[in-house]
Amino acid sequence: MAYENSDPGADDPRVALKILVAGGFGVGKTTLVGAVSEIRPLRTEEDLTDVGAGVDDLTGVERKTTTTVAMDFGRLTFADGLRLYLFGTPGQERFWFMWDEIAYGAVGAVVLADTRRLEDCFGAIDFFEHRRIPFVVAANCFDGARRYSAEEIQDALEVDPHVPVVLCDVRRRDSVKEVLIALIELAIEDSVTATPAPLPAHPHR
Amino acid sequence: MEGPKERWVGRDAGPLVRPYTITKGRTRTSGVRLDLVTILVATWNPVRDHMRLTSEQHRLLAMCRKPITIADLASEIDLPLKVVHVLLGDLVEHGLLQEVPQQQQTPTGRHDARLLMRVLNGLREL
Repeated sequence: MAYENSDPGADDPRVALKILVAGGFGVGKTTLVGAVSEIRPLRTEEDLTDVGAGVDDLTGVERKTTTTVAMDFGRLTFADGLRLYLFGTPGQERFWFMWDEIAYGAVGAVVLADTRRLEDCFGAIDFFEHRRIPFVVAANCFDGARRYSAEEIQDALEVDPHVPVVLCDVRRRDSVKEVLIALIELAIEDSVTATPAPLPAHPHR
Repeated sequence: MEGPKERWVGRDAGPLVRPYTITKGRTRTSGVRLDLVTILVATWNPVRDHMRLTSEQHRLLAMCRKPITIADLASEIDLPLKVVHVLLGDLVEHGLLQEVPQQQQTPTGRHDARLLMRVLNGLREL
Protein backbone atom coordinates (compact mmCIF):
# COMPACT_ATOMS: atom_id res chain seq x y z
CA MET A 1 0.00 0.00 0.00
CA ALA A 2 2.78 2.36 0.85
CA TYR A 3 4.13 1.97 -2.67
CA GLU A 4 1.04 3.31 -4.38
CA ASN A 5 0.98 6.74 -5.93
CA SER A 6 -1.61 7.72 -3.36
CA ASP A 7 1.03 7.47 -0.63
CA PRO A 8 0.32 10.75 1.15
CA GLY A 9 4.00 11.44 1.83
CA ALA A 10 5.33 10.93 -1.68
CA ASP A 11 5.40 14.58 -2.79
CA ASP A 12 5.91 16.16 0.59
CA PRO A 13 8.97 18.33 1.09
CA ARG A 14 11.65 16.68 3.20
CA VAL A 15 14.62 18.92 2.52
CA ALA A 16 14.27 22.50 1.30
CA LEU A 17 17.28 24.54 0.22
CA LYS A 18 17.40 28.15 -0.85
CA ILE A 19 19.30 30.26 -3.33
CA LEU A 20 19.22 34.05 -3.43
CA VAL A 21 18.93 36.02 -6.63
CA ALA A 22 20.36 39.49 -6.12
CA GLY A 23 21.18 42.44 -8.34
CA GLY A 24 20.12 45.96 -9.12
CA PHE A 25 16.57 47.11 -9.65
CA GLY A 26 15.10 46.01 -12.98
CA VAL A 27 17.98 43.73 -13.94
CA GLY A 28 15.72 40.72 -14.52
CA LYS A 29 15.66 38.83 -11.21
CA THR A 30 11.99 37.94 -11.49
CA THR A 31 12.42 36.91 -15.12
CA LEU A 32 15.29 34.61 -14.12
CA VAL A 33 13.26 32.93 -11.38
CA GLY A 34 10.25 32.65 -13.70
CA ALA A 35 12.31 30.99 -16.44
CA VAL A 36 12.83 27.84 -14.36
CA SER A 37 9.91 27.84 -11.94
CA GLU A 38 6.48 29.18 -11.21
CA ILE A 39 6.63 32.61 -9.57
CA ARG A 40 5.00 32.95 -6.18
CA PRO A 41 4.50 36.26 -4.41
CA LEU A 42 5.61 36.95 -0.86
CA ARG A 43 4.79 39.99 1.24
CA THR A 44 7.16 41.24 3.85
CA GLU A 45 6.25 43.95 6.30
CA GLU A 46 9.52 45.45 7.44
CA ASP A 47 10.02 47.43 10.59
CA LEU A 48 12.19 50.33 9.54
CA THR A 49 13.20 51.09 13.11
CA ASP A 50 15.30 47.91 12.88
CA VAL A 51 17.56 49.64 10.42
CA GLY A 52 19.47 51.69 12.97
CA ALA A 53 22.41 53.92 12.25
CA GLY A 54 24.47 53.64 9.11
CA VAL A 55 21.57 53.72 6.71
CA ASP A 56 20.97 57.25 5.60
CA ASP A 57 18.62 56.48 2.76
CA LEU A 58 15.57 56.86 4.95
CA THR A 59 15.61 60.62 5.24
CA GLY A 60 12.07 61.87 5.03
CA VAL A 61 10.35 58.67 6.06
CA GLU A 62 11.35 58.67 9.74
CA ARG A 63 7.76 58.69 10.91
CA LYS A 64 6.81 55.62 8.96
CA THR A 65 7.62 52.61 11.08
CA THR A 66 6.82 49.80 8.67
CA THR A 67 6.91 49.40 4.95
CA THR A 68 5.66 46.61 2.72
CA VAL A 69 8.21 45.03 0.44
CA ALA A 70 7.05 42.62 -2.22
CA MET A 71 9.35 39.71 -2.92
CA ASP A 72 9.15 36.89 -5.42
CA PHE A 73 10.23 33.34 -5.11
CA GLY A 74 10.24 30.25 -7.25
CA ARG A 75 10.24 26.60 -6.31
CA LEU A 76 11.85 23.61 -7.99
CA THR A 77 10.77 20.13 -6.92
CA PHE A 78 13.22 17.26 -7.30
CA ALA A 79 13.04 13.56 -6.45
CA ASP A 80 12.68 12.27 -2.88
CA GLY A 81 11.14 15.39 -1.38
CA LEU A 82 14.06 17.66 -2.27
CA ARG A 83 13.12 21.24 -3.06
CA LEU A 84 15.09 24.24 -4.18
CA TYR A 85 13.71 27.71 -3.53
CA LEU A 86 14.89 30.78 -5.41
CA PHE A 87 14.36 34.07 -3.62
CA GLY A 88 14.63 37.35 -5.47
CA THR A 89 15.99 39.89 -3.01
CA PRO A 90 14.67 43.44 -3.07
CA GLY A 91 17.08 45.44 -5.23
CA GLN A 92 16.91 48.81 -3.53
CA GLU A 93 19.79 49.43 -1.16
CA ARG A 94 17.51 50.60 1.61
CA PHE A 95 16.14 47.07 1.97
CA TRP A 96 19.48 45.39 2.36
CA PHE A 97 18.96 44.96 6.06
CA MET A 98 16.45 42.26 5.09
CA TRP A 99 19.07 40.24 3.28
CA ASP A 100 20.69 38.83 6.41
CA GLU A 101 17.48 37.14 7.35
CA ILE A 102 16.88 35.81 3.84
CA ALA A 103 20.53 34.78 3.37
CA TYR A 104 20.70 32.80 6.59
CA GLY A 105 21.55 29.21 5.68
CA ALA A 106 21.42 29.81 1.92
CA VAL A 107 23.28 27.42 -0.37
CA GLY A 108 24.50 30.37 -2.41
CA ALA A 109 23.54 33.35 -4.50
CA VAL A 110 23.25 34.47 -8.09
CA VAL A 111 24.31 38.08 -8.56
CA LEU A 112 22.62 39.25 -11.70
CA ALA A 113 24.54 41.97 -13.53
CA ASP A 114 23.58 44.30 -16.36
CA THR A 115 26.76 45.05 -18.35
CA ARG A 116 25.48 48.58 -19.07
CA ARG A 117 25.49 49.39 -15.34
CA LEU A 118 27.79 46.96 -13.60
CA GLU A 119 28.13 49.19 -10.56
CA ASP A 120 24.55 48.29 -9.57
CA CYS A 121 25.70 44.88 -8.39
CA PHE A 122 28.82 45.94 -6.43
CA GLY A 123 26.84 46.07 -3.19
CA ALA A 124 25.49 42.57 -3.64
CA ILE A 125 28.96 41.21 -4.37
CA ASP A 126 30.33 42.84 -1.20
CA PHE A 127 27.46 41.40 0.81
CA PHE A 128 28.08 37.79 -0.23
CA GLU A 129 31.88 38.10 -0.09
CA HIS A 130 31.75 39.33 3.50
CA ARG A 131 29.43 36.56 4.60
CA ARG A 132 31.36 33.89 2.72
CA ILE A 133 28.24 32.82 0.84
CA PRO A 134 29.18 31.13 -2.46
CA PHE A 135 27.97 33.20 -5.42
CA VAL A 136 28.18 33.35 -9.19
CA VAL A 137 27.84 36.47 -11.31
CA ALA A 138 25.35 36.07 -14.15
CA ALA A 139 25.67 38.78 -16.77
CA ASN A 140 22.31 39.23 -18.43
CA CYS A 141 22.81 39.81 -22.15
CA PHE A 142 20.13 42.33 -22.89
CA ASP A 143 19.14 42.94 -26.48
CA GLY A 144 21.27 45.72 -27.85
CA ALA A 145 23.80 45.64 -25.03
CA ARG A 146 27.41 45.40 -26.19
CA ARG A 147 28.73 41.90 -25.63
CA TYR A 148 31.56 41.54 -23.19
CA SER A 149 33.44 38.35 -22.47
CA ALA A 150 33.14 36.69 -19.08
CA GLU A 151 36.82 37.60 -18.47
CA GLU A 152 36.19 41.29 -19.19
CA ILE A 153 33.29 41.32 -16.76
CA GLN A 154 35.31 39.50 -14.11
CA ASP A 155 38.08 42.11 -14.46
CA ALA A 156 35.64 45.01 -14.31
CA LEU A 157 33.98 43.64 -11.17
CA GLU A 158 37.32 42.81 -9.50
CA VAL A 159 35.86 39.60 -8.10
CA ASP A 160 37.99 36.72 -6.88
CA PRO A 161 39.15 34.59 -9.85
CA HIS A 162 37.34 31.53 -8.46
CA VAL A 163 33.97 33.33 -8.70
CA PRO A 164 32.30 32.05 -11.88
CA VAL A 165 31.04 34.67 -14.30
CA VAL A 166 28.39 33.27 -16.63
CA LEU A 167 26.86 35.07 -19.59
CA CYS A 168 23.15 34.36 -19.70
CA ASP A 169 19.77 35.24 -21.10
CA VAL A 170 17.41 35.26 -18.12
CA ARG A 171 14.41 34.60 -20.37
CA ARG A 172 15.74 31.20 -21.43
CA ARG A 173 15.26 28.19 -19.23
CA ASP A 174 18.42 26.42 -20.46
CA SER A 175 20.49 29.51 -19.88
CA VAL A 176 19.23 29.94 -16.31
CA LYS A 177 19.80 26.22 -15.70
CA GLU A 178 23.47 26.69 -16.60
CA VAL A 179 23.74 29.57 -14.10
CA LEU A 180 22.22 27.47 -11.31
CA ILE A 181 24.42 24.48 -12.18
CA ALA A 182 27.52 26.72 -12.00
CA LEU A 183 26.41 27.91 -8.57
CA ILE A 184 25.74 24.43 -7.17
CA GLU A 185 29.09 23.19 -8.52
CA LEU A 186 30.77 26.07 -6.71
CA ALA A 187 28.84 25.30 -3.51
CA ILE A 188 29.92 21.64 -3.70
CA GLU A 189 33.56 22.69 -4.10
CA ASP A 190 33.10 25.09 -1.21
CA SER A 191 31.52 22.48 1.07
CA VAL A 192 34.45 20.15 0.52
CA THR A 193 37.15 22.76 1.17
CA ALA A 194 35.43 24.93 3.80
CA THR A 195 37.01 25.60 7.16
CA PRO A 196 34.78 26.27 10.16
CA ALA A 197 33.44 29.77 9.65
CA PRO A 198 31.71 32.11 12.09
CA LEU A 199 27.98 31.51 12.13
CA PRO A 200 26.11 33.61 9.59
CA ALA A 201 25.24 37.01 10.97
CA HIS A 202 21.70 37.32 12.25
CA PRO A 203 21.37 40.72 13.88
CA HIS A 204 17.64 40.51 14.60
CA ARG A 205 18.08 37.97 17.33
CA MET B 1 -12.89 67.44 27.25
CA GLU B 2 -11.59 64.69 25.03
CA GLY B 3 -11.80 61.24 26.58
CA PRO B 4 -8.82 58.91 26.38
CA LYS B 5 -10.60 56.59 23.97
CA GLU B 6 -11.02 59.35 21.43
CA ARG B 7 -7.30 59.99 21.37
CA TRP B 8 -6.44 56.39 20.47
CA VAL B 9 -6.80 56.95 16.78
CA GLY B 10 -4.81 60.03 15.95
CA ARG B 11 -3.65 61.65 12.77
CA ASP B 12 -0.54 59.42 12.67
CA ALA B 13 -2.20 56.14 13.52
CA GLY B 14 -2.41 54.89 9.96
CA PRO B 15 -4.87 52.21 8.83
CA LEU B 16 -7.27 51.05 11.53
CA VAL B 17 -6.36 47.38 11.20
CA ARG B 18 -2.61 47.09 10.93
CA PRO B 19 -1.02 43.74 10.17
CA TYR B 20 0.38 43.34 13.67
CA THR B 21 -3.11 43.55 15.16
CA ILE B 22 -3.43 39.93 14.11
CA THR B 23 -0.35 39.09 16.18
CA LYS B 24 -1.59 41.10 19.17
CA GLY B 25 1.16 43.63 18.62
CA ARG B 26 4.08 41.24 18.66
CA THR B 27 6.73 41.41 15.98
CA ARG B 28 9.00 38.62 17.24
CA THR B 29 8.49 34.93 17.65
CA SER B 30 9.38 33.54 21.03
CA GLY B 31 12.17 31.03 20.97
CA VAL B 32 11.59 29.07 17.78
CA ARG B 33 13.94 29.82 14.90
CA LEU B 34 11.82 29.95 11.75
CA ASP B 35 13.37 30.33 8.35
CA LEU B 36 11.80 30.69 4.90
CA VAL B 37 12.68 27.08 4.13
CA THR B 38 11.82 25.63 7.53
CA ILE B 39 9.35 22.76 6.95
CA LEU B 40 6.45 22.52 9.40
CA VAL B 41 3.83 19.84 9.90
CA ALA B 42 0.80 19.48 12.17
CA THR B 43 1.24 17.30 15.26
CA TRP B 44 -2.51 16.55 15.43
CA ASN B 45 -2.51 17.45 19.10
CA PRO B 46 -5.94 18.77 20.13
CA VAL B 47 -6.61 22.50 19.93
CA ARG B 48 -7.61 23.78 23.38
CA ASP B 49 -9.78 26.79 24.15
CA HIS B 50 -7.10 28.50 26.25
CA MET B 51 -4.86 28.74 23.16
CA ARG B 52 -7.26 31.34 21.73
CA LEU B 53 -6.22 30.70 18.13
CA THR B 54 -7.05 33.36 15.57
CA SER B 55 -8.83 32.49 12.33
CA GLU B 56 -5.50 32.97 10.54
CA GLN B 57 -3.88 30.43 12.85
CA HIS B 58 -6.67 27.95 12.17
CA ARG B 59 -6.02 28.43 8.45
CA LEU B 60 -2.26 27.94 8.88
CA LEU B 61 -2.84 24.83 10.96
CA ALA B 62 -5.09 23.38 8.25
CA MET B 63 -2.42 24.12 5.63
CA CYS B 64 0.11 22.17 7.71
CA ARG B 65 -1.79 18.88 7.53
CA LYS B 66 0.94 17.96 5.09
CA PRO B 67 4.53 19.17 5.47
CA ILE B 68 4.96 22.66 4.01
CA THR B 69 7.64 25.36 4.03
CA ILE B 70 7.14 28.74 5.63
CA ALA B 71 7.69 30.46 2.27
CA ASP B 72 4.78 28.50 0.80
CA LEU B 73 2.59 29.14 3.84
CA ALA B 74 3.25 32.90 3.74
CA SER B 75 2.61 33.05 0.02
CA GLU B 76 -0.66 31.14 0.22
CA ILE B 77 -2.09 32.97 3.23
CA ASP B 78 -0.96 36.35 1.77
CA LEU B 79 0.06 37.97 5.03
CA PRO B 80 3.40 39.68 5.66
CA LEU B 81 6.15 37.20 6.42
CA LYS B 82 6.91 38.46 9.92
CA VAL B 83 3.24 38.24 10.85
CA VAL B 84 3.19 34.65 9.63
CA HIS B 85 6.33 33.96 11.70
CA VAL B 86 4.65 35.16 14.88
CA LEU B 87 1.46 33.19 14.24
CA LEU B 88 3.42 30.03 13.45
CA GLY B 89 5.66 30.56 16.49
CA ASP B 90 2.54 30.40 18.69
CA LEU B 91 1.37 27.21 17.02
CA VAL B 92 4.77 25.59 17.62
CA GLU B 93 4.78 26.75 21.26
CA HIS B 94 1.31 25.24 21.74
CA GLY B 95 2.61 21.95 20.39
CA LEU B 96 0.24 22.06 17.40
CA LEU B 97 3.02 22.30 14.80
CA GLN B 98 6.47 20.82 14.70
CA GLU B 99 9.51 21.39 12.56
CA VAL B 100 10.52 18.62 10.18
CA PRO B 101 14.23 18.07 10.91
CA GLN B 102 16.42 18.57 7.84
CA GLN B 103 20.01 18.34 9.15
CA GLN B 104 21.39 19.89 6.01
CA GLN B 105 24.41 21.77 7.32
CA THR B 106 27.80 20.44 8.27
CA PRO B 107 29.76 21.79 11.28
CA THR B 108 31.51 24.21 8.89
CA GLY B 109 28.17 25.89 8.21
CA ARG B 110 28.24 24.51 4.66
CA HIS B 111 25.72 22.21 3.06
CA ASP B 112 26.34 18.52 2.75
CA ALA B 113 28.05 17.76 -0.56
CA ARG B 114 25.91 14.67 -1.17
CA LEU B 115 22.76 16.72 -0.81
CA LEU B 116 24.13 19.33 -3.21
CA MET B 117 24.94 16.55 -5.68
CA ARG B 118 21.26 15.60 -5.62
CA VAL B 119 20.38 19.21 -6.42
CA LEU B 120 22.90 19.21 -9.26
CA ASN B 121 21.42 16.04 -10.74
CA GLY B 122 17.93 17.49 -10.39
CA LEU B 123 18.94 20.66 -12.22
CA ARG B 124 20.58 18.72 -15.04
CA GLU B 125 17.38 16.73 -15.58
CA LEU B 126 15.24 19.87 -15.57
